[in-house]
Amino acid sequence: MNFLYAAYTATWIIHITYLASLFRRYKRLRKEIEELKK
Amino acid sequence: MKRVFPILGILTAILLSYALYEALVVAPTEQTMGNVQRIFYYHVPSAWTAFLLFLINFIASVVYLVRRNPVADVIALVTAEVGVVFCTVVLVTGPLWARPVWGIWWTWDIRLTSTLVLWLIYIAYLMLRRFSTSGQTPVLAAALAVFGALDVPLVYFSIWIFRTQHPQPVIGGGGSIDPVMLHVLLINWAAFLCLAALVCWSRYRLEMLQREVEQAQAQESLVAPRGAR
Repeated sequence: MNFLYAAYTATWIIHITYLASLFRRYKRLRKEIEELKK
Repeated sequence: MKRVFPILGILTAILLSYALYEALVVAPTEQTMGNVQRIFYYHVPSAWTAFLLFLINFIASVVYLVRRNPVADVIALVTAEVGVVFCTVVLVTGPLWARPVWGIWWTWDIRLTSTLVLWLIYIAYLMLRRFSTSGQTPVLAAALAVFGALDVPLVYFSIWIFRTQHPQPVIGGGGSIDPVMLHVLLINWAAFLCLAALVCWSRYRLEMLQREVEQAQAQESLVAPRGAR
């Protein structure tokens, strides 16, 4: 059962980490756009 | 369009939750492997989704090589990146299933090795796109993607052609699967496909925005010295 939970948890950690990296990139881009507008 | 995205996001979250419930509660327990077999409901749909994304990457790369269409270039980049995420899930969940069932985490079997090679090819593709400053980067990346895609059929058909330790295919390979297990498998694949589509869409919009910003920054750097005078 531990291996099952480990596999499911690992899957979600991988997806959430990637989504978080996209969110970080988006925030950095918003900042660059703000600077360009100035 | 701004409203469609959150609605699709909520629907995908509901579908993923339902698929998780089906995999953990509704699917029958396999007789010999027990509960660890349920890893199959994440491992196999992730592999199929990765293959589909790499196929789209291949088509987009060919279109880019033929027509130099920038949208095809962005689609190739996006599908490679999301495909690598799903392929990572495959490479992590596989050993977590193999350890209790085979007694080993990894073996240099043709299916496992070719999947690892596939992952490494697309990691190389993403590194090329990230770190190369050449104007020819999209062309080189598209050429690499075409060669990388050749590994996909090898991964997929390896268990038909070679004698491997990896389980034989349960669909279309002469194997059989319980109808409830098949239903749960397909529900999970549908959920992962929706997730992949949403993530690809977000990544596509992000890449387009990034290119616009880079263009604006390039224009500003051309104008700024004149303005400074």
